[in-house]
Amino acid sequence: MNYIPNIIFAIALIAGIGYFAKNVKKLIRNIKLGHDVDVSDNKSQRFKNMAMIALGQSKMVRRPIAGFLHIIVYVGFIVINIEVLEIIIDGLFGTHRIFSSIGNLYGVLIGIFEILALLVFIAVTIFWIRRNIIKLQRFWKAEMTSWPKNDGNFILYFEMVLMTLFLIMNATDVHFQEMNNGNIISQYIAPLFSGLSENTLHFIERGAWWLHILGILVFLNYLYFSKHLHILLAFPNTYFGKLKPKGQFDNLEAVTKEVKLMMDPNADPFAAQPEGTEAPAKFGASDVQDLSWVNLLNAYTCTECGRCTSECPANQTGKKLSPRKIMMDTRDRLEEVGKNIDANKGEFKPDGKQLLDDYITREELWACTSCNACVEACPVSIDPLAIIIDMRRYLVMEQSAAPMELNNMMTNIENNGAPWPYNQMDRLNWKNE
Amino acid sequence: MSELLKVPTMAEFMAEGKQPEVLFWVGCAGSFDDRAKKITKAFVRLLNRANVEFAVLGTEESCTGDPAKRAGNEFLFQMQAVTNIEVLNAYEVKKIVTACPHCFNTIKNEYPELGGQYEVMHHTQFLKSLLNDGRLTIEGGQFKGKRITFHDPCYLGRANNVYEAPRDLIRKLDAELVEMKSCKSRGLCCGAGGAQMFKEPEKGNKDVNVERTEQALDVKPEIIAAGCPFCNTMMTDGVKAKEKEADVQVMDIAELIANAQDL
Ligand code: SF4
Ligand code: SF4
Repeated sequence: MNYIPNIIFAIALIAGIGYFAKNVKKLIRNIKLGHDVDVSDNKSQRFKNMAMIALGQSKMVRRPIAGFLHIIVYVGFIVINIEVLEIIIDGLFGTHRIFSSIGNLYGVLIGIFEILALLVFIAVTIFWIRRNIIKLQRFWKAEMTSWPKNDGNFILYFEMVLMTLFLIMNATDVHFQEMNNGNIISQYIAPLFSGLSENTLHFIERGAWWLHILGILVFLNYLYFSKHLHILLAFPNTYFGKLKPKGQFDNLEAVTKEVKLMMDPNADPFAAQPEGTEAPAKFGASDVQDLSWVNLLNAYTCTECGRCTSECPANQTGKKLSPRKIMMDTRDRLEEVGKNIDANKGEFKPDGKQLLDDYITREELWACTSCNACVEACPVSIDPLAIIIDMRRYLVMEQSAAPMELNNMMTNIENNGAPWPYNQMDRLNWKNE
Repeated sequence: MSELLKVPTMAEFMAEGKQPEVLFWVGCAGSFDDRAKKITKAFVRLLNRANVEFAVLGTEESCTGDPAKRAGNEFLFQMQAVTNIEVLNAYEVKKIVTACPHCFNTIKNEYPELGGQYEVMHHTQFLKSLLNDGRLTIEGGQFKGKRITFHDPCYLGRANNVYEAPRDLIRKLDAELVEMKSCKSRGLCCGAGGAQMFKEPEKGNKDVNVERTEQALDVKPEIIAAGCPFCNTMMTDGVKAKEKEADVQVMDIAELIANAQDL
C-alpha cells in the first residue's frame, strides 16, 4: 500500500491546525493586554444572549435581505463542516467516503450538503454584487481602504471556490454518481465532464478533494488576519457583551476612591495609600493597553459590516467619526503592539505611537453624541461607545484637553451646579415667573 | 397663572414632618432654560391637577453630572453625584420623577453604585401611571385628530428601553400618531447628547438636528412631540432652520396633555 498521500495529508493537517493554534494563542495574549473587568455575573442571561445573538443571529435579521442571506451562508458553513470530518478521516486512513456505509442516511446528508453548497454559492454571489456592483454605501466609507475592501471580497471568493470544489468533487466521483443517492445538485454538473476517461475523472475528483481540504486549512489560517474572525469570536463576544442598560456608563472605581477621600472630612489626605490600592497610572485610555480586554475582544470580533456607522448620527451628517473605524483602529493598533511584543522577546518597547492621535483623532472622539445607535445596530454586541468615552476620559482628566466650550460647561457645573452660568440660588425662580 | 402653581420644596415637607409621594427632579434645563421651564410648569400643572403630593429640591438641587460624565470628566460627575446623593438620602427620598431623560438615566443607572438607590421614573411613565390609577384623565381637546410624530430621546429609548409610555399618552389624545422612518430603537439622535449641546459640532456637511427634523417633516406632522428638553431645543431649531415654524410645533408630551385640558 502507498502511504504517501496519508502522510502528506497528516502533515498538511498538523501544519494547518498548528499554525492556527499558534495564532490563537497570540490572539488571546493580545486580548489579555487589556485591563481586567468583572464579567462573571449573570451567567444565564449571558448564555441566553450568546444563543440568541450569535447562534440565533437575532440581530442580523433586522436587515432582512442581508440577514436572510447571511443565515444561509452561516447554516451552510456549519452543516457542510460535517463533511469535513469525513474528509479528514478519509485523508488520514486512506478510506473513501467512510460514512457512506451508513446507507440511505448518507444520501440524505450529502443531498443536504449539496443543496446548501449551491445556496451558499448563490448567497455569496449576491453579497459580492452588493459590495462591488450595487456598491452599498456602508462598504465604501472612508475607513474601507484597500485591505478591508479586499478582505471582504477574498472571503467571498474563498467561499465560492470551496463550494465549487465540493460540488465538482461529487460530480466527478463516478462511484458516488452511480450510487445515485444524494447527488441532487452534482448530477447536473456531472454531464459537463461526460466523455472524459475514468482516469481523468478520478484525477479531477482527487484534485478537487485535495484543493477543497487544503483550501479549508488555508481559510482557517486566514481568519486571524481577517474580519472573518467573527465566525469564532462572535460567540465569546456576545457572551461578554454589555448587560446593563445601554445608557449606563461604568463609574470609574479609582475616581470613586478619590472622591470619597475628598468628601470625607475625617480622611487624612497625607495618609499612605494601603498596599495594593494605589490609583492606576492613568485615567481613561490613550492606548490599547488602557482599554479593557472586553473592548479588545470587541475589536477582534468586528466584522466591519458598517451597520454601526450607517446608523451613526455624526457619520450620517458628514463628520469624521465612524464607530466602525474606532473598532478597526483599535484592532490595528493592538496588532501593532502584539508584533512589537513578538519582536522584543515578549516585552513591549515604546514605539512613540498610541491609539489616540496616531489612529483615532480627537475630532472623531468629540463628534460622538453618545446616542448608542452604534451599539444597538451591531449584530455581534460590540460597544464602540465604551472606547470613545474612555478616550475622552483620558483627554479630559489626564490632559485637560476638552474643547473650550466644554471646559466652560464643566466650570459652570463645578461653580454653580448647572452647565450654564446661572446661580444655584435661582433654581426655583421659574415657579414665580 | 403662575400663582396657581403649587410647588412645595423638600425642606418645607421636612419642616412639617411629612414625606411627599414623589420628588420631582427638575434638572438644569427645566430650571433655567426658557423653553424647558414651560415644560416644567406644564408638568407641575398636571401634578397639581392629579393632586400628587410632590416636592422639589429647589435650591438644593444641582446638576446630576451627566454632561460632565459624557464629556469624560468622571471626577466632576462623581463629585456632583455624591453631593446630590447626600441631599437625597438626607431627605430619605424613595421615588423620583423627572422630565429630563438625561437626569433619568443618570440617577436611575449610575447613582446606585455610588450610594443612591431610588425608584426613578420619566415623567411620561409617571403620567401614564397616574392615568392607569384613574388619578388623571386625558382628553384630546385641541389635539384630537392631529398628526403627531414622536421623537425618541436616546437616553429614554435606546438607553433605557422606554418606548411605549410616551406613545400611549399621545394615543390617549385621540391624535394620529405617525412614526418616522427611523423610530424607537433605531431613532436618530437629535444631536444634543454626549455633551454636544454645549459645543459647536465638528466639521461635517449638515447638523444632526436638521437631519432629524427632515426625517420628522417627511411624515408631515402638525406636531413633533418630544420627551426631553434638549431634544426639544434641537428640534425647535431644526424646524426653524427648515422655515416650518408656522406649520409645525415642537411640544413636550407634558405640554400636550396639559394644553389639551386647557390647564
Ligand atoms: S454613540 Fe457616538 S459613535 Fe455611536 S452612533 Fe452615536 S454618535 Fe455615533
Ligand atoms: S462594530 Fe459591529 S456593527 Fe460596527 S462594523 Fe463592527 S461588527 Fe459591524
